[in-house]
Amino acid sequence: MFIINCPYCGEREQSEFKAGGEAHIVRPKQPTELSDDEWAEYLFMRKNIKGIQLERWVHIHGCRKWFNMVRDTSNDQIHAVYKMGEKPPIK
Amino acid sequence: MSDNLRTSASKFIDQTTRVSFKFDGKTYFGFKGDTLASALLANNVHLVGRSFKYHRPRGIMTSGSEEPNAIVQINKNSSVTEPNVRATEVEIYDGLEASSQNCWPSVNFDIGGINNFLSPLLPAGFYYKTFMWPASFWEKYEYFIRKSAGLGQSPAEPDPDIYDHNYVHCDVLVIGGGISGIMAAKISAENNFKTLLLEERPNLGGTTIYQKNDYFKINDQYSSNWLEKEIEQIKNLKNLEIKTRTSVAAYHGYNYLLARENLTDHLPLEKKKNLIRQRLLKIRAKKVITATGSIERPLIFDNNDRPGIMLSSAIKKYADFYGVACGKENVLFTNNDTAYETAISLNNKGIKINAIVDIREQNKSDLTNEINKAGIKIYNSYTVIDTKGYKKINKITIMKLSKDGKTVTDSKIDINCDCLGVSGGWTPAVHLFTQSGGKLKFDDNDNIFIPSKYPSDQLSIGSCNGNLELDDIISNINVSLKNFLKINKTNFENLKINSSKSNSKRNIWLLPSDKTVSKTKAFVDFQNDATAKDIKLALREGFRSIEHVKRYTTTGMGTDQGKLGNMNALGIISDTSNVKMSDLGTTTFRPPYTPLTFGTIVGRNVGEFFDAFRKTPMHNWHVQHKAKFENVGQWKRAWYYPKGNENMHDAVQRESKAAREGAGILDASTLGKIDIQGSDASEFLNRVYTNAWSKLAVGKCRYGLMLNEDGMVYDDGVTTRLSENHYIMTTTTGGAANVLGKLEDYLQTEWPELDVYLTSVTDHYATASVCGPNSKKIISKIIPNLDLSDENFPHMSFKNAKIGNIKCRVMRISFTGEQSYEINIQANYGKSLWEKCMDAGNEFNITPYGTETMHLLRAEKGFIIVGQDTDATLTPIDLQMDWIVSKKKYDFIGKRSLYRSDTIRDDRKQLVGILTDDPNEVLEEGAQIVADTSKKPVEMLGHITSSYFSPNLNKSIALGVVKGGKNMMGQKLFIPMKDKIINVKIADPVFLDKENKRLNA
Ligand SMILES: [Zn+2]
Repeated sequence: MFIINCPYCGEREQSEFKAGGEAHIVRPKQPTELSDDEWAEYLFMRKNIKGIQLERWVHIHGCRKWFNMVRDTSNDQIHAVYKMGEKPPIK
Repeated sequence: MSDNLRTSASKFIDQTTRVSFKFDGKTYFGFKGDTLASALLANNVHLVGRSFKYHRPRGIMTSGSEEPNAIVQINKNSSVTEPNVRATEVEIYDGLEASSQNCWPSVNFDIGGINNFLSPLLPAGFYYKTFMWPASFWEKYEYFIRKSAGLGQSPAEPDPDIYDHNYVHCDVLVIGGGISGIMAAKISAENNFKTLLLEERPNLGGTTIYQKNDYFKINDQYSSNWLEKEIEQIKNLKNLEIKTRTSVAAYHGYNYLLARENLTDHLPLEKKKNLIRQRLLKIRAKKVITATGSIERPLIFDNNDRPGIMLSSAIKKYADFYGVACGKENVLFTNNDTAYETAISLNNKGIKINAIVDIREQNKSDLTNEINKAGIKIYNSYTVIDTKGYKKINKITIMKLSKDGKTVTDSKIDINCDCLGVSGGWTPAVHLFTQSGGKLKFDDNDNIFIPSKYPSDQLSIGSCNGNLELDDIISNINVSLKNFLKINKTNFENLKINSSKSNSKRNIWLLPSDKTVSKTKAFVDFQNDATAKDIKLALREGFRSIEHVKRYTTTGMGTDQGKLGNMNALGIISDTSNVKMSDLGTTTFRPPYTPLTFGTIVGRNVGEFFDAFRKTPMHNWHVQHKAKFENVGQWKRAWYYPKGNENMHDAVQRESKAAREGAGILDASTLGKIDIQGSDASEFLNRVYTNAWSKLAVGKCRYGLMLNEDGMVYDDGVTTRLSENHYIMTTTTGGAANVLGKLEDYLQTEWPELDVYLTSVTDHYATASVCGPNSKKIISKIIPNLDLSDENFPHMSFKNAKIGNIKCRVMRISFTGEQSYEINIQANYGKSLWEKCMDAGNEFNITPYGTETMHLLRAEKGFIIVGQDTDATLTPIDLQMDWIVSKKKYDFIGKRSLYRSDTIRDDRKQLVGILTDDPNEVLEEGAQIVADTSKKPVEMLGHITSSYFSPNLNKSIALGVVKGGKNMMGQKLFIPMKDKIINVKIADPVFLDKENKRLNA
């Protein structure tokens, strides 16, 4: 079980959090303008990386804030957490 | 039979306290401090079980948690019985009853033993190959497999014991209380780290604590004497907590570990009562030091599994620690010096050793010199090729090994023995290290896998780190702990250490014999009866991955998880397939390291504490009025209120009629309620619901449907505009938390620019819903000054009101199709509101109804229940609810998905009404709907989602989803059931009052 450093509350147990999938997938501003394929790309396509992944988490049993995380899926090391709207703090 | 093999006194055993116990119905005596295994061995009982597949007689093989054979059932036929317990770990107490497993009718005469003679028919993959076909026979096979497999008996009654969970935090966790763990714990605690030391055995000190050998000394004392003093000292360290009988089951990432503390298993039955039996420790450690030691490896040769064949280190422990001789005529068989330590111990106690068989061509060490001096015959460069004795070993045959170790030469020599100690070297116990994500590397020198890369702040020390010699262990601890704890010096830098050194090594994974491998039974995994032959067969059949070979041969899949066998299996695979051990890798070690009881895992979360449950403020009223309850999410909801001898059907029929004919009342407090405020609240609702919200006037209510982005219905409910920028949203009871989460997600991540605030107020309000033709009269009695006229308070509107001086909100909304009022009041007035409604409704025969009646009433009206009539594959169009999907709105969650090529298909499953030809036939929910039963396989068109007998229509009604159902109105279809086929017709899903006349009646 991870220890996650919530950007608003500090370090807490993983059981207080919920994962929300890949980060930085922006909902299209004009969905009606999109073809089926383009909409499907937004709706269904997610990366499944072995290695460094940017992902969304929410402190669901805490401050209920969403934030982003840089996690290495091969060893579960969390390299950084950052607030929604911020750029990933890695190169 | 009752030879006493207790040969010497031991300070670890209290020989003044006799303990009586039973094994397979026979009474034996042992002493306090004995394990079941040591007490049985003292009584010369070796045969304790039968093997899993061939039912071969098996004896005690080890002295610890790696035991593969001596697996027993404790206190059979009682509620506290426990199967698959290792006799080598059970501490005996007065009244203990143990019995052997895997045998029927008895361990001495076992019918399954016939498998031993049929063994040519039971090769690797036997289960996969034999029992697959024909599929219809599986039920019969399974019966026999289960009966003959017999991994003990699970208890038939609830577990009466108490279990506990405990969170533990420490700076340094030390796992293992042998010499390494004790040294590490002392260094850590004395350097101001809050330290926790865990040891799975009842006592500290590991194998060193009984080591009285001239060639292993620390500061000129026996290593045992030195360690004893250290143990006494650390007991007083204030930074150190020590727990024995505590085994670490799992080592997860981020130094999170689970350990089981065994508190009462060693106590007599009457002393266990009312005490906590086991405690699960949930440990979060800043640093972890693993000092889990190593496990001796057996040697692989023909018939290496007979009772009386044991690990040489186990024989030493039984002699030195328990004062028990495992045999009277002992032989040791080894590839390293360990067996010589055993020989010295036995010799010093006057226990006879007939010979030592050593596969090494020569060896010179302090230990071998001592044995030579003692005049014990050593056969160098010899191997055991066979053993004899059915229920107990009585003879071995040895032959000379060729130079390359691949064949045997010269003549056979027989040696009599009643106990054979084997040593194939040592395997570091790296299970916990790898569980934590650690990577291993192969050490060619000692043929072991050792830790190479730590995934968290942790350190392996001692023999689990591959440091197999005493001086090695201590010097490594001194170096690595300074670095690990960032300290300048340790307490053990100037120790004087004597440690016997061996000067030769020879490793042969599968020892040769005069027979071909296919004619031998050389066991690799004793518990699962996997032999060298099986592994070679698996490789011949094309299995390459170590994980596949494991599953095909079942090697390492027993309750011992291959603690003894895995390395030998790898070695044989490596030799046979010419792949280096380092390239082969190991199978994954998974938690738990040793089996855990379910009781420990669940702790106190049993019975009413299994899950939290939520009660409405009116709950006690429902209880007093004999309501039956159903679980909806975590809520306990009144299901129906039986009167007299009514069954559920009768009660629901009565409640349903009353609600339509007079007045009914429902506790609707469980519906999710979300308070929505902010200048963009209307815009927000526009985006999350399918219909339009901007034009909803203050004081009005509207039904809304919420989709997922994939266009499928997610939740529904009525939302009310309380004021310009203030709404109250209701959700389904089960969906409340998820809806709030979803709304927060969009607000925070997609639309942070919106000025909207969400608050869950589900628990803040109690809700009584009064419906039926008399509802208006009842409400007017409770709130006399409220204008209830249809002009001023029409359907789908809201008013603030007061009952006495308590504020409440009244919504005129309906889920039943009847005129209906919902009163929402501060939760702590919920019960008195309910009672007021009951009083006021008394003259109109107001009838409380539960969720079942609510479901029936809404089904009559064709209203859906999200989650019952929908299953995340239905769009609003599929539900024939096109009317609620705004065509004008530019966007809302899920809109774009409603015209994907897949969602606009005509032949999607669509919600329709279903009427049976026979009005009294009530369909089963979940029943399949078909058009043609003659063509096999029958095509399934859909299924029934809701079905009731409607007392108000006096016929059976149902809702269901049917492929293309929307355009099949009136069509005849069939519901095939086990014993009949039911004729049905597709109908309008609104069965009652399609014109909504009753809402204003
Ligand atoms: Zn937080």
